[in-house]
Amino acid sequence: MYQELKERLLKNWDGKIEINEGKDFFEIITQSEILFTLMEFLKKEFGFNYLANLCGVDYGEKFTMVYHVCRIPENLKVCVKADIPRDNPEIDSLTCLWPAADFQEREVYDLMGIVFKGHPDLKRILLPEDFEGHPLRKDYKAV
Amino acid sequence: MRGAETFFIDLARLIVTWLEKQGMSPLVADIVLLVIQFICIAAIVTVNIIILIWLERKISGFIQQRLGPNRLGPWGIFQTIADAIKLLTKEDIIPSQTDKIIFRTAPIVFIVISLMLYVVIPFGDGMAIVDLNMGVLYFISVGSLGTIALLMAGWGSNNKWSLLGAMRAVAQMISYEIPLAFSLLGVIMIAGSLKMSDIIAAQNNVWFVFLQPVAFITYFIAATAELNRGPFDMPEAEQELTAGAYTEYSGMRWALFFLAEYTNLFAVSAMAAVMFFGGWQGPWLPSWLWLPIKAYIIMLVFFWLKWTLPRIRMDHLMSFSWKVLIPVTLVNLVVTGCVLQFFK
Amino acid sequence: MIESDFITINVGPQHPSTHGGLHAETVLDGEHIVDVKVHLGYVHRSVEKIAESRTYTQFIPYNSRLDYLATHLPAMGYCQAVEKLLGVTVPERAEYIRVIMAELSRIASHMLFIGSLAIDIGATTGLIYCFRDRERIMDMFEMTSGQRLIASYMRIGGIAEDLPEEFYPAVKSFLDDLPYMLDEYNNLLTGNEILQARLKNTGILPADKAIAYGVSGPNLRASGIAYDIRKAEPYSIYERFDFDVPIGSKGDNWDRFLMRIREIEESAKIIRQALQDLPEGEIRAKVPRIIKPEKGAEVYHRIESSKGELGFYIVSDGSEKPYRLHVRAPSFINLGVLPLISRGGKLQDLIANIATLDPVLGEADR
Repeated sequence: MYQELKERLLKNWDGKIEINEGKDFFEIITQSEILFTLMEFLKKEFGFNYLANLCGVDYGEKFTMVYHVCRIPENLKVCVKADIPRDNPEIDSLTCLWPAADFQEREVYDLMGIVFKGHPDLKRILLPEDFEGHPLRKDYKAV
Repeated sequence: MRGAETFFIDLARLIVTWLEKQGMSPLVADIVLLVIQFICIAAIVTVNIIILIWLERKISGFIQQRLGPNRLGPWGIFQTIADAIKLLTKEDIIPSQTDKIIFRTAPIVFIVISLMLYVVIPFGDGMAIVDLNMGVLYFISVGSLGTIALLMAGWGSNNKWSLLGAMRAVAQMISYEIPLAFSLLGVIMIAGSLKMSDIIAAQNNVWFVFLQPVAFITYFIAATAELNRGPFDMPEAEQELTAGAYTEYSGMRWALFFLAEYTNLFAVSAMAAVMFFGGWQGPWLPSWLWLPIKAYIIMLVFFWLKWTLPRIRMDHLMSFSWKVLIPVTLVNLVVTGCVLQFFK
Repeated sequence: MIESDFITINVGPQHPSTHGGLHAETVLDGEHIVDVKVHLGYVHRSVEKIAESRTYTQFIPYNSRLDYLATHLPAMGYCQAVEKLLGVTVPERAEYIRVIMAELSRIASHMLFIGSLAIDIGATTGLIYCFRDRERIMDMFEMTSGQRLIASYMRIGGIAEDLPEEFYPAVKSFLDDLPYMLDEYNNLLTGNEILQARLKNTGILPADKAIAYGVSGPNLRASGIAYDIRKAEPYSIYERFDFDVPIGSKGDNWDRFLMRIREIEESAKIIRQALQDLPEGEIRAKVPRIIKPEKGAEVYHRIESSKGELGFYIVSDGSEKPYRLHVRAPSFINLGVLPLISRGGKLQDLIANIATLDPVLGEADR
């Protein structure tokens, strides 16, 4: 299954993605521009129906979005990572693929300041609406 | 024994004769007696409620494997009095956006209406304040006025929760008014009178609960809904509507609603005792003890239900009234009528 | 036809049945729900940010404050995630004790679910009965860790201390009494006509929607998907135990309620087996005093908590503090489905829906 997935992925996006096997999750490192099409491919072609987790990591010069996607109940697991430049933190929203992304993307937007293009209601979710700054960024100074 | 039986009646006669001796005309003396009787009722109701609230707490504690109130006095019996003092000394908060007049009068209207119910209740042999010819009708019609008070409270509070509670109260109480009245009609048909004393007299041989079991069950269910008690406590529904129609009330104003509910509870239970369990009739004890005993037993069932059952859903409640209770009471009426005609 | 207006009411954050600081902005047409919007964050403590300034060991107690109703489960998940990061193997005995504690937490959480559902739909007495029984689990937690509600018993590499002697009879008698407790709940609640009428066919969550919305745990299984991480991807030593994964058929409130009762039985089975096989030996692996995973190491570890899939994503930068720690909180994501299942229902269904989704706001808001 993972083998077939690897072949198809490399066929479609050779050179644009990097695949790491042997970890807990089958890992795909991709670029933010093709993230949406890749995710759509995973969902439509391979039936990855369950977006388990998504979160952002601040690496200083860049942000990395990490998605953990599963197919249940078979429990096939894929981890997709996409880098986002710090000066323009934008990435496509996955809400139309998995509604589960709705709250989680709002959380990432709230705490990390990453903008999700195409999200229906991108507002702060955990912090008050008039809060300034994004606390999970490494350069955020808590008073 | 004979003295105990007529103790209150003798007392009343004594007062009237004493007043007339002081030179009052019989009419004025009667009016003075009436006033005394009303004061007595208010006192009885207050004491009764203090006992009732304590009892409900104890019983709910028993059902829930708790102790219930146990600090003030023996078995915590003074807890309610302490609560009453606390409520009386609380600040009277009237939210600024309320409809002041309606907001203020609603609890008063509610308690007055519930006190009015006591006028026709025969507490013992010949001990009804007024033994009206149409006592049952009076009871039903005055009882249904409580809806207005709840609507006033809900509307006057200018709060959405209150309004929802009031909407529920009106819908529920109007729907359950009909089966309540219909279930009593069966009894009235057998007794052939709307007068409470006649109805009690008609149960000399056999209680109407045995002749009209269906009517008793429907009366009991409809009365639970009329009283807004669990599982039909829609207008209050703490878990959904925070406190429904009473959300904005606090202190003594809220306590008046609370008191009125317990006042109603006793009145409706006493009514059930009169209509189905032979009223004040009973052996050994004086009649004015039998009615409270019977009413208290019925109230225990109300407590038991409330502390056991979950709250029913509003639409189920309505369809239960219109689709089950009303048809059942109607069938009961038809059957009663046929049987009466057949055995006449 | 009478024209009527919609009214918007705020169910919460200060409302008797929102399980903490949940705020559901509800648009009503009479008693019918037109729309629900979930607002969160009333108990947000920024746990993920705190983690970045605490060492790996220091962060353990914060986990119990996430899902405070199943205190050992998040702590266990976190410790296992760090152990995965370090490559530490936990001694057998510690694994068994962890499983016992985790399953006791699950039972405690599910008992509280039943009780809070009961009180939310108006059956006050149900709450007291469930709390009475849950108290015995709390007592057991107190025996082992000295804390009742937010115990900190898990350690990286094992557990804090071995089980005390008085724990064994306590847990045995609890397990023996459990069937009677469940009988009592069934008599008082499950068999009740009103409760069934309120829960059946309300808040229906179809299986495909449940997966798409990322719902997990008993709520997902109620929709008929047999997906339990303990079975699908056994962590710890769960592959050694024989237990069933109960599933529902419709995904309505009733199924979600039954799931909990049946899961309590399954958890009891696991505890019995774990007690039987409990080996002697060490309770903590040799772990360096200062924990420094290698630079760039990362892990996503998930466990089946009482609320659903509880995941910990940890990135290390080689220092003694996590570079990034993300908690995949099941309550948070499960709440996303509340508008979907509540629309078109009654106001009273909304309360039941919140109760059966079983959110813990400490976990949802973090």
